[in-house]
Amino acid sequence: MKLNIEAVEEAAKALYIQALKSLPPDIKDGFQRLQKTETDSTAKSMLATMVTNIKVAEDTNNLLCQDTGIPIYNVSIGSGVEFDGAALKAALVRGCTRATQEHPLRSSVVHPLTRKNQHTSCGEGVPVIHVDFSDSVETVEIEMIPKGSGSENNSFLRMAIPAEGIAAIKRFVVDCVIAAGGKTCPPTIVGVGVGGTSDLCVHLAKKAATRPLGSHCSDPDGAALEVELAEAVNMLGVGPQGLGGDSTAFAVHIELAATHITMNPVAVNMQCHSARRARATITPAGVEYGY
Amino acid sequence: MAHYEFDMPVSEAQARTLRVNDTVTLNTTLYGIRDATYIALFDKGRTTRFDLSGQAVIHTAPNVKKVPISAEFPAGYAPVCIGTTTSDRMERFTRQLMSQMGVRFIIGKGGMREGSLAAFRELGGAYLAIVGGTAALETTWVEQIEDVDLDDLNPESLWKFRIRGFGPLLVAMDSHGQSLYDVVQANVASKRAAALARLGVSE
Repeated sequence: MKLNIEAVEEAAKALYIQALKSLPPDIKDGFQRLQKTETDSTAKSMLATMVTNIKVAEDTNNLLCQDTGIPIYNVSIGSGVEFDGAALKAALVRGCTRATQEHPLRSSVVHPLTRKNQHTSCGEGVPVIHVDFSDSVETVEIEMIPKGSGSENNSFLRMAIPAEGIAAIKRFVVDCVIAAGGKTCPPTIVGVGVGGTSDLCVHLAKKAATRPLGSHCSDPDGAALEVELAEAVNMLGVGPQGLGGDSTAFAVHIELAATHITMNPVAVNMQCHSARRARATITPAGVEYGY
Repeated sequence: MAHYEFDMPVSEAQARTLRVNDTVTLNTTLYGIRDATYIALFDKGRTTRFDLSGQAVIHTAPNVKKVPISAEFPAGYAPVCIGTTTSDRMERFTRQLMSQMGVRFIIGKGGMREGSLAAFRELGGAYLAIVGGTAALETTWVEQIEDVDLDDLNPESLWKFRIRGFGPLLVAMDSHGQSLYDVVQANVASKRAAALARLGVSE
């Protein structure tokens, strides 16, 4: 299959808008689950408002949240796909720009020193583009994530050492959730990166935070730790919007990588309750949109 | 726990009637402000032609659509999606916002800290919590973008919205020294040890 660059550009545009308007079904299910277990009356009413907002966004064809975030495109290229990498990246930038100008969307992206906004949602290194490869035959998947800043501003890395053990990881996650309080728009998905280098560890935390609810760490020890940590952070009483309650996190997700004999890095990245993402699957049959 | 309906602007006495856990719905006028607007006004010495005495501000930078100026769109902007950002980043500006501009209410999400609480107590104001991330709903409470100032900062301009039935909002910090965030934080701190014990970890 020869990758159709126009299809990539259209998908980049459509995905940004879709992600901002329609929450994935696993997140909607997550809300239902929390509504059943929440015991605090203020928290119950806040969860109900969040659920109402999902419906209003769908009914009025509007954005769920005003924060259009930093656009992230995760591209997975299967086997038997012929493509021009530079053209692929350029098409994603064009699609992202077109979504911003044609919808229109608020461009939330500025130069880090001059704070100048180009009103394209793009700039140096943005949209963030990750390209990876898979063994799916003649398939290209593009996942789009508008990462909101309230949750992104609460990102943490600690280069713990081996002598501190798994205890350092556990304590760090609990303390990050406490430090974030209501600033991350809880209930959140708490993404935890374990191992790797410092940059890989932070990347893994983001990958974990943006994984669908109901998915588990592929490593059995990591999966067990996810359950343990989710129970612990939901004992803290931070609650929706940091105003108290049982529903602090939908889940804790862990992604891990091998690390150095001297290292024990842990990173935390959180995803807010408006846990937006959208996916396009491009095959010889055409483009299919989902989550 | 009482519910109040206010037509903005309000007096100091009205602002001081509010207590934490009360709810409030606002009508008429609301101003949008955030990071770059605050920096322009209070760090860079810029001024606005708007009179914010007794008014409410919301921490926002809206999604808008540029349209020709008309009776329906007097500022040349149609609202697309108007929501709320995290307030904590703007903590250091609260006192100036109130003492220099006369603002009474701040609408935001995630709460503010002791400096804001002291300003609310001394000057007569309150922090009204909105449910963050529910912008589609909030947009239905905004009737019009009436005016805009400092628009070179777009989208972080100083926006003037005409609102109807904006709420209910939860009074989360009041002029009597009470903050729901402080209550929750103390409660969370007391539960940290139990959460760590569940994980088999020492403090």
